[in-house]
Amino acid sequence: MVSAGTVGSGSSTVAPIVPGGPQTTLDALAASAAATSPTPPAIEVEGLVKRYRKAERNAVDGISFEVQAGEFFALLGPNGAGKTTTLSILTTTLGPTEGRARIDGFDVVADGPAVRRRVGIIFQKPSLDRNLTGEENVRFHAILYGLYPYAPAFGLMAAGYRRQVAEWAELLGLGREIFDPVRTYSGGMLRKLEIVRSLIHRPRVLFLDEPTTGLDAPSRRALWGYLGDVRREHGTTIVLTSHYLEEAEQADRICIIDAGRIVATGAPADLTAALASEWLMVDADDRGRLREELVRRGHAPSGEGPFRIDVGTRQAHAALRAIETPLTLVRTHAPSLEDAYLEIVGRAELADGRGDGDGAELADG
Amino acid sequence: MGEVWAIAAIAHRDFVKLLRDRVRLFSELAFPLILIILLGPALQSGFGSPGGLDLTTFVFTGVLAQTIWQSAALGLISLIADREEDFSQEIFVSPVSRYSIVAGKIIGESLVALPTGLGIVVVGLLIGVPLSPVVLVALIPVSLAVAVYGGAFGLLILANISSQRTANQIFPFVMLPQFFLAGVFNPIHDLPTPLAVLSALSPMRYAVEATRNVFYGLQPGAPAPEVTPFDVNIGVMAASFLAFIALGTVLFVRAERNR
Repeated sequence: MVSAGTVGSGSSTVAPIVPGGPQTTLDALAASAAATSPTPPAIEVEGLVKRYRKAERNAVDGISFEVQAGEFFALLGPNGAGKTTTLSILTTTLGPTEGRARIDGFDVVADGPAVRRRVGIIFQKPSLDRNLTGEENVRFHAILYGLYPYAPAFGLMAAGYRRQVAEWAELLGLGREIFDPVRTYSGGMLRKLEIVRSLIHRPRVLFLDEPTTGLDAPSRRALWGYLGDVRREHGTTIVLTSHYLEEAEQADRICIIDAGRIVATGAPADLTAALASEWLMVDADDRGRLREELVRRGHAPSGEGPFRIDVGTRQAHAALRAIETPLTLVRTHAPSLEDAYLEIVGRAELADGRGDGDGAELADG
Repeated sequence: MGEVWAIAAIAHRDFVKLLRDRVRLFSELAFPLILIILLGPALQSGFGSPGGLDLTTFVFTGVLAQTIWQSAALGLISLIADREEDFSQEIFVSPVSRYSIVAGKIIGESLVALPTGLGIVVVGLLIGVPLSPVVLVALIPVSLAVAVYGGAFGLLILANISSQRTANQIFPFVMLPQFFLAGVFNPIHDLPTPLAVLSALSPMRYAVEATRNVFYGLQPGAPAPEVTPFDVNIGVMAASFLAFIALGTVLFVRAERNR
């Protein structure tokens, strides 16, 4: 377990970047996921390849992974990495070119209907019918999944269904508004309604394809809080793709893909520890003396000053205390998942302005 | 039973959607009404009444069939846009069979086409097209048949295109020639051989002619144009319907997964 060991930064490696994020619920989630289960893996993917017609390269290029039941799994990668393609194959709307995938033991090609009954999906683009009311959207889903018989109006639907709708409305914080067209709902409410809808057939695996794109911070946090509750209550396996690194940091396991291939996989903290280094930036008026001292103490300072020195985990304080040269600048850098991600994917366009946010500067220290 | 409910739910949604979408309802009506109100009388005043034929009535019957047929066909093709950005992705990940999706969509889009047909009939009555009660009643089943037939044609087109952009590009080539080959505003029984062959191959033609069979066969005192016999039209419609559905569904289901 890597922890921050920073001086004056106060930010820890695995803490969510969103202040007050749903950390408490997530601890419980992690604990529940750790419990071993006798059931087959929720997801098994073996050598999956997808090449779109007329495409020059494989969108998904031979990936394999497993997700255990109840696990919170994040697929991370830049645009075009193959995340959505993978999700489409796992939810049976796209056929693989090679390889196989199973959900809850059912093959996505051979047992399509069985797989579709067992998965729920929140699409990247909202998939509610904006001309229908909240209730009509939910009713449509319930009928398609064979939960209730069709009836042309709400009042004619089964009593059990009508009771359920009252519960869902309460869960959403909606009263009569559940009978209003969804185009009158806020963005956060739309997403929440989609999640409620995706869960009414009790899927074993819930896929979320960049579910919080376009939502403001409070809506994002509320949504994650709700998903945490769902996981605790039903043990639903969650597979997330996201651009928001802080969301992926809350996952039990992360799989980073780039250009259709898996480039790294592991717990967020392990990825961070393995792939990004912790370092100190120091400077002094007498740079020559400082450099000499740093070399003497076994560091390998890089740069002409300020000097960057790599330190081990929890070694920053000891390293600083030993330095006798008066310092004018001390800056710490604790690696975040984002640093690890950027190092892995090596994409410069994601780097602007967020990588060093957790440093602290002391002028005339 | 679940599949039947699913078909009903899919059809129900299409219909409810139309009723709430006033702009679409209006725009679906606008084009045929322009043709009937402006083109019919314009042809009439330019060409007179060849063989005693009332051109306003002739255009009315043609446009009625063409609009219903085309509306259902386009409704099916809209599945392709839906798949990319709308609610239909929700339908495609549900356990409902692909065949039920197609069935629900054809029934739904047929139901959607009918109110447009009703609007055209009302305007026809207002501008003085002779429509006896018998004709009005007889137009209901024939319009339904035309709609379902149009839906099947739309499915076949849908199964062969990959995006809405392609759909928009090929649409004029698929639909516009049929306006003339099907004889929506023009006679088609004295065409030169190449055009006569193309006309016989135009699926829309049989929808237009079957509607004219019903109108001119039952409306007393309306001098009739030359029309292919009813049995032939209905026979071709039924056979093409089955072929379009079978081929369209197979191609569609395959294309869906092998993108």
